[in-house]
Amino acid sequence: MSNLLDLVVSGLGTGAIYALAAIGFTLLWQTSQTINFAQGEFVMLPAFLMLAVMRAGAPFWLAILIGVALSAALLGLAFKRLLVDPMLRHGVLPLAIATMALSIALKESVKTFYSAEAQPFPSIAPSGSLSIFGASVSLQSLCVFAFGVVVVVALNLFLDRTSTGRQMQAAAQNPTVARIIGIPVERMVTLTFVINAVLVALASLLVTPIYLAKFSSGETLGVAAFVAAIVGGFNQVRGALVGGLLIGVVDNLAAAYVSTQYRAAVPLALLIVVILFRPQGLMGRAEERTV
Amino acid sequence: MTHVLEVTNLRKRFGGIAAVDGVSFHVDEGEILGIIGPNGCGKSTTFNCILGQLAPSDGEVLLDGRVITGMRPSELNRLGVSRTFQLLQVFPQLTVRENLILAGQEHRGTMLTRLFGAPDAGLGPEAERMIAVFRLDHLTHTPASELSYGQQKLLDAAMAFMAGPRLALLDEPTAGVNPTMLSDFKERLRTINREQGATFVVIEHNMEFVMSLCTRLVVMAEGKVLAEGGPAAIRANPAVVEAYLGH
Amino acid sequence: MTRAQRLLVGAGGAVVLAALIVAPISLGRYGLYVLSQWTVMTIAAIGLNLTLGYAGQVSLAQGAFVGIGAYAAAILTSHGYPLALAIVVALALSFVVGWLLGYPALRVQHHYLAFVTLAFSTLAFLVFRNEEWLTGGIYGISGVPRPTLFGFSTNKPLPFYYVCLSGLAIVTLAFWGLVRSPWGRAFLALRENPLRAASLGVDTRRYTLMAFAIGSALGGFAGALYAPLTQFIDPTPFTLALSLNLLMMVIIGGSGFFFGPFVGAMIAVLLPEWLRFADRYYLIFYAVLVMLLLIYSPSGVLGILDRYLRSRNARAASAMRASAQAGLSDEAVR
Repeated sequence: MSNLLDLVVSGLGTGAIYALAAIGFTLLWQTSQTINFAQGEFVMLPAFLMLAVMRAGAPFWLAILIGVALSAALLGLAFKRLLVDPMLRHGVLPLAIATMALSIALKESVKTFYSAEAQPFPSIAPSGSLSIFGASVSLQSLCVFAFGVVVVVALNLFLDRTSTGRQMQAAAQNPTVARIIGIPVERMVTLTFVINAVLVALASLLVTPIYLAKFSSGETLGVAAFVAAIVGGFNQVRGALVGGLLIGVVDNLAAAYVSTQYRAAVPLALLIVVILFRPQGLMGRAEERTV
Repeated sequence: MTHVLEVTNLRKRFGGIAAVDGVSFHVDEGEILGIIGPNGCGKSTTFNCILGQLAPSDGEVLLDGRVITGMRPSELNRLGVSRTFQLLQVFPQLTVRENLILAGQEHRGTMLTRLFGAPDAGLGPEAERMIAVFRLDHLTHTPASELSYGQQKLLDAAMAFMAGPRLALLDEPTAGVNPTMLSDFKERLRTINREQGATFVVIEHNMEFVMSLCTRLVVMAEGKVLAEGGPAAIRANPAVVEAYLGH
Repeated sequence: MTRAQRLLVGAGGAVVLAALIVAPISLGRYGLYVLSQWTVMTIAAIGLNLTLGYAGQVSLAQGAFVGIGAYAAAILTSHGYPLALAIVVALALSFVVGWLLGYPALRVQHHYLAFVTLAFSTLAFLVFRNEEWLTGGIYGISGVPRPTLFGFSTNKPLPFYYVCLSGLAIVTLAFWGLVRSPWGRAFLALRENPLRAASLGVDTRRYTLMAFAIGSALGGFAGALYAPLTQFIDPTPFTLALSLNLLMMVIIGGSGFFFGPFVGAMIAVLLPEWLRFADRYYLIFYAVLVMLLLIYSPSGVLGILDRYLRSRNARAASAMRASAQAGLSDEAVR
């Protein structure tokens, strides 16, 4: 029982990270039909940006700020301007392939210009463990989980309560009408790309202390983010949170109780079942946009 | 004598609204039946229920006395019911000839003969004949995307007759067609009716067209059949005049 | 296509085929290996081009079928069965599994379908890695033999390259027949407008399943050649990355174009080798080139060619109309 609690909490920790990546993924899909196959690499890269800044002599807190800003500029603005904008009107698939090429470019660049070895990364969360009901629970996992949930709740509040957030939703749901009533759709779409870039930078900050910084670490993260986004509901921020947490926990429990060999199969089996029997996702509404 | 098509008490509800509310009519061999009525009277929904695109809430559809209610569109087509859609639906990348062959090929042979047999599924001569009837000769090898709208509409209609259907349902064949082409279009449909003995049902808004083409008319209003009869009788029917001119 | 263009394509094809037969004779071991790999990947990409390019069904699982074919061939031939039998088994097995994978496509489309097939691809990889009794697990199967045909051993790189090239030639001819047959027309109708296709009697369910099954079978065939080519099979080549790579080949070559997979596989297999001069930066170069190409022409390399030919035809047609009108006015003058 104590073991189970620990597994669930650490699952929630990784799940919160998946959720951050998954939310960005769904945001890009909603506003610009971009299926970003480089999302995993987007999570991998900011940690290296921060490491590079620290290597130049900056303290950790400054490196975080610069890393997030660089991420917003590169993975947000530059990604949208240079790759997405020119390809957007040519349909979903060519752009998806271009993001695959981008993921290769990012991986290889980090490997060539930084290091092929895994790098240690400082943690913003305290280490040690906490005792709850006699079970020991990793403090780091709890902090990561709490931080992830706070970010998602803040994002949800932003989308629902602020006028910019509502304009973003309108721009995503019906760009034509949004344009007619005077919403700067183009700027709203750009904003979602920046938000995605910040989310992946935060995810990077949280996940890298656990799994180390490595050029190839985006591969598993990317797939986990896809699965979380689909299971939760491709068109819902809330859904991506639930999907992420669920996948994190299921993954952890599967590793402990099913078999380590097939742990990766359990979330995928869940994915297939959800797509076939509830394609709008656990939390989603049926998709209205015909794609 | 059994009718080619017999629709009995057809109903289709969307939520609380009955789009089609107890419609019955029949079509006889060699007939050109027109279905007319103001916008939103349930004509297209009736079509879609007959053709398996929508599942009717109630009622029965018989083809030559056989129940076909709820069959899939592709099954219905192979039983001999063909159709056109309100919006133009030809395949723009295929040539005129290829479009016609596509429209007939699934009625010939089996999956295996379609794989290993002739590329035109033995439909070359039939396609040429149809091209001649619809006067598209000079366009045989032109991709449909390069045809004018009216020519594409002609092709669309020709595709509906390619497989020698028992019954063809044309949904607004003249919508968007250049007025100067209309009489030619009508002639083509008459020729098909006369030479192939094709039976068909036409939904139309163009009164003049439908009155001069059809042998019999069904008038629908608010999901029900308002009147039925020959063109002259319909023209003289006060209820029809009222429904159309409204208040 | 005009007659002249058809002649040009025919002549070009003959030249390319002659080059593919003659040129490799001077190539070294590694060059032959890379070229053989091109033929194998082209076969797999042709299969995916059928599923995706012609029939419009997204699949991220083609790499898994290459894996299924490769394992089937490796297991059978290393137990002493002939490669021909292994190929038949690989084709049949991939056909059946591909048919089953097609069922989700009857329920969901587009990105959902992509993710179902993605999940399948990863599951297949897990089976390759974990079922040690069958696949040798992470240790793989080594010493996969190359066949002896009509008394000739194909153990050396050049003869085996010809085996691969013959495989590609057979697939090319069969595929040409397929897309010209009524099936090709039905697949295109399925891709462009499934609703209209059904109203013309096209059994869209059956053709969807067939598109998956045949496309997958070609993936299996490619795998059955891949196993004796590398002579060693382990799970690493058959991750999701291979499926994504094959998808990339189809798109950058030109999805739905007959020769798209040939060009796409050339870019994906040969271009990185040509970029070796860039040393350790070659994969970065490669990825950037792919992105630039897609930005320039989202319909791939053959999309560029297609647009060029089309604009030329359009110019020729308008020139003809103009001269016909000039002729008419000449007559009027007379």
